Amino acid sequence: MAQVSLRKIVKAYEGDVQAVKGINLEIDDHEFVVLVGPSGCGKSTTLRMIAGLEEITDGEIAIGGAVVNDIPPRDRDIAMVFQNYALYPHMSVYDNMAFGLTLRKFPKAEIDKRVKEAARILDITPLLERKPKALSGGQRQRVAMGRAIVRDPKVFLFDEPLSNLDAKLRVQMRTEIKKVHQTVRTTTVYVTHDQVEAMTLADRVVVMNQGIIEQVGPPQELYHHPATKFVAGFIGSPAMNFMPARLEEASGALNVTLANGTSLPVPDSRSARYRPHVGKALLFGIRPEHLTDEKTMDKDNLAPLSLTPEVIEPMGMETLAHFRQDGAEITARLDPATPAEVGVPLRLLAHMDQMHLIDPTNDKVL
Amino acid sequence: MAADGSMAVSAPATAGNGRANSLQRFARRRSTIAFFMTLPLLVVIVGLVAYPAGYGIYLSTLNRRMTSFMEGDWLPTGLGNFEILFGSDTFWMVVWQSCIFAISAVLLKALIGFWLAHMLHHIPTKGQRKWRGMLLIPWVIPPALSTLGWWWMFDPSYSAINWVLNVFAVPAVPWLGEPWWARASVIIVNVWYGAPFFMIMYLAALKSVPDQLYEAAAIDGATGWQKLRYVTLPMMANIISITVLFSLIVTFANYDIVRVLTNGGPRDLTHVFASYAFQVGILSSNIPRGAAVSLFMFPILAVCAFFVLRGVTRRNKEQM
Amino acid sequence: MSATAAGRDIPGIYHKAGSLRSERRWAMWTAYVSLIIAAIIFLAPPFYMLVTSFKTNAEIADYSLNPWLIRSPTFEHYAAILSNPIFIRFFINSCIVTACVVVLTMVISVLAAFALARMRFWGSQVLATGVFLTYLVPDTLLFIPLYQIVGGLGLLNSVWGLVLVYPTLTVPFCTWIMIGYFASIPKELDEAALIDGANWMQMLLKIFVPVAMPGIIAATIFAFTVSWAAFVYPTAFVTTAEQMPLTIGVVSQLVRGDTFAWGQIMAGALMAALPPVIIYAFLMDYYIAGLTAGATKG
Repeated sequence: MAQVSLRKIVKAYEGDVQAVKGINLEIDDHEFVVLVGPSGCGKSTTLRMIAGLEEITDGEIAIGGAVVNDIPPRDRDIAMVFQNYALYPHMSVYDNMAFGLTLRKFPKAEIDKRVKEAARILDITPLLERKPKALSGGQRQRVAMGRAIVRDPKVFLFDEPLSNLDAKLRVQMRTEIKKVHQTVRTTTVYVTHDQVEAMTLADRVVVMNQGIIEQVGPPQELYHHPATKFVAGFIGSPAMNFMPARLEEASGALNVTLANGTSLPVPDSRSARYRPHVGKALLFGIRPEHLTDEKTMDKDNLAPLSLTPEVIEPMGMETLAHFRQDGAEITARLDPATPAEVGVPLRLLAHMDQMHLIDPTNDKVL
Repeated sequence: MAADGSMAVSAPATAGNGRANSLQRFARRRSTIAFFMTLPLLVVIVGLVAYPAGYGIYLSTLNRRMTSFMEGDWLPTGLGNFEILFGSDTFWMVVWQSCIFAISAVLLKALIGFWLAHMLHHIPTKGQRKWRGMLLIPWVIPPALSTLGWWWMFDPSYSAINWVLNVFAVPAVPWLGEPWWARASVIIVNVWYGAPFFMIMYLAALKSVPDQLYEAAAIDGATGWQKLRYVTLPMMANIISITVLFSLIVTFANYDIVRVLTNGGPRDLTHVFASYAFQVGILSSNIPRGAAVSLFMFPILAVCAFFVLRGVTRRNKEQM
Repeated sequence: MSATAAGRDIPGIYHKAGSLRSERRWAMWTAYVSLIIAAIIFLAPPFYMLVTSFKTNAEIADYSLNPWLIRSPTFEHYAAILSNPIFIRFFINSCIVTACVVVLTMVISVLAAFALARMRFWGSQVLATGVFLTYLVPDTLLFIPLYQIVGGLGLLNSVWGLVLVYPTLTVPFCTWIMIGYFASIPKELDEAALIDGANWMQMLLKIFVPVAMPGIIAATIFAFTVSWAAFVYPTAFVTTAEQMPLTIGVVSQLVRGDTFAWGQIMAGALMAALPPVIIYAFLMDYYIAGLTAGATKG
């Protein structure tokens, strides 16, 4: 059990390509941290640097207080679960899990005890004698986790462990991973490109983009208070709508005026925050779930606007309507009972308590 | 191997010191271990291929004075051996003979191999294994030994092949007695030995062509011949050229079959480079000139090797 | 080809269904006829050797009989050859040389292939290409300088001379195909092993060797067949019967004098050819995988 500290970590490849551009991150003991971001954002590289599989170009990584920059992977006391599981195909499940302990010369009885215990936690006891070939994807995933658990390491590292599973199994294994973490409480760093996985698993989510950390925080905070346009657009599905807008002041109250002239009143609670930006061209951001029809809304601070749907997608429990307004793609979540029709203007309500304003010059959320 | 083994094992002991054991040193140690692991290979390549090649070139510039192993008895003559060879009719006959032998044998092997692979690919998969196993047998028997069997079948008085020909009222053939027939015999045996290899290579290549391509071609209206011309051959072009060039090298340098079947006869008319080099260098103990003869193979082989390597690299790139 | 050419001239839509079936049957016929003819020709020499080895000398010498049939089978040639101490000597020599060369080859090529496939180091690419190029160097190109070198070491007329030079025939190809097999092992497997605490040797012996077992078997078979069948080197380097391996022994020592003992020669040749054939019969798939690996892997 240990904290993990990343201090100004840089990873540069030949030709001055920087995959990771000086990131700082403190991970507490027992914490479950998820690194999330689009492919090529440096999240896997960061994880592999923690593991010792990639050299650190600059900066320091410390595990449990000790700097590990120069320590080979086997001596960092970490365990890793790979995307394709990397189970040794010629060994039984038991031997796969015991391998790391055998190499570390643990006594036989101790190895046996630990493997059996891990198998019990993961519910794979009947599979111990099988070869990986004879296992299903989910079972392999469990074995890969078992191999990490038996080591009882300071840190668990997961590198996109669920992306090889089908959708249904992915949801199931997600819960499984969370349960295991609640049982063993080992500090965990988990890499994924799937924001749903990140939100559901993490104590804290680290959103990365182009080699830097955009924002670190608990899932709810990222959802409600994104720091940058990237985070606002990346977290949440369907993604947040962005519309070009101008902030205007009329008789002491602030209004967001869209390009088509629609004026939406800003709640009083935000006035102080937004007042310095009056007159600027900004981006108005609102999530589809906060852009809806009258049926679902009985809250304060609702602002009406009218849009014409281009595509309607009934999902069962809700209906998604897609619009195009001033060059921006806009999505709204409607009540399934709302009669929406392509080409027929629809009256929508924006939940202005959930609005965001983004400064397009630096993509920061105001 | 003890050296790198102990180095690797000692790592955990130093790891406790944290910074002292650096990842760079880990990488450097990896290079050291890799070097020791490849050392035996380097010894084989340098000591038994590169050095002999250089030494062979050096030998070919010497002149024999006495029959002896002692190098001191040889004097440098520069290109003297090559001049003598260029002036010798037998040598030109060997060059000519080697080329005819290699080209016709490889061509026949390639055609027969391709035909058989194609036929094998056509029959139901269940039977393919059995046929393939049977047809590869000539390649499995050490050629020096199977050639003994052919030699016996070509025997002037007891030839079993002539017996069969007689049944069909074809006159007996002087297989090894008459130069052109002797040449043909050598080619026949080489084709017999090598065609199965081509068959196996082509069959592997045929199997790697996805069925959807044929189905797409069929829907586009291609006939069987057009499928072969526009799907099969382009997909196999690389492996065909690799196999042909590779076989050209091996066939060009062949020794076993000529040695057992004709031993260069009748009247030295069936010698190829290898058997002639053997005759001159080992049997007549003119090591320098023998070395010169085999060196003549080098340019031709080098050209083939260049194209094989190019084909293999290209193929690997395609597969990535 | 000829079978499918019929499909080109389309006579009419009604004809089509029937012609498709007959075309297919026709193709099948061509295939089987070709294969049967090929099988007869390919198997005739070994068959004839077998027939001859079971004939009495009198029957072999009889012109008037069908040479492809046996009338009074006999084991006398096999008995003679097996009680011939020199033949047993050849066999032992072949076994010694082949066993040593196979072990040497596998140790050298597995170590080198692992380093070349996994431990990128300075010059590893060049070396891998060099390995392939040496594989393309035929034995007849270098046997004369090697003759001098082996002679200089005092190893002419010795099986140890052969053990020294045979690796030039086996090591490059075995290394090449092992590089291919090792390279096909997913990179995560070594990373997992690295994190599990394996050093390079443990990674090679406990992970790579077992996982690449099919490749190791294929390479071993290749090394075995090549050393067993090697002909140029023993012919050049060994002239005393005592030290000869089987190939050159059968060819040079059993074939002597004016009257050839054909029955014995054939029996000897067949028995000498037996080990590779047996290996082939039992491990055909590995044998073929190794054969085709050279051009398709690496």
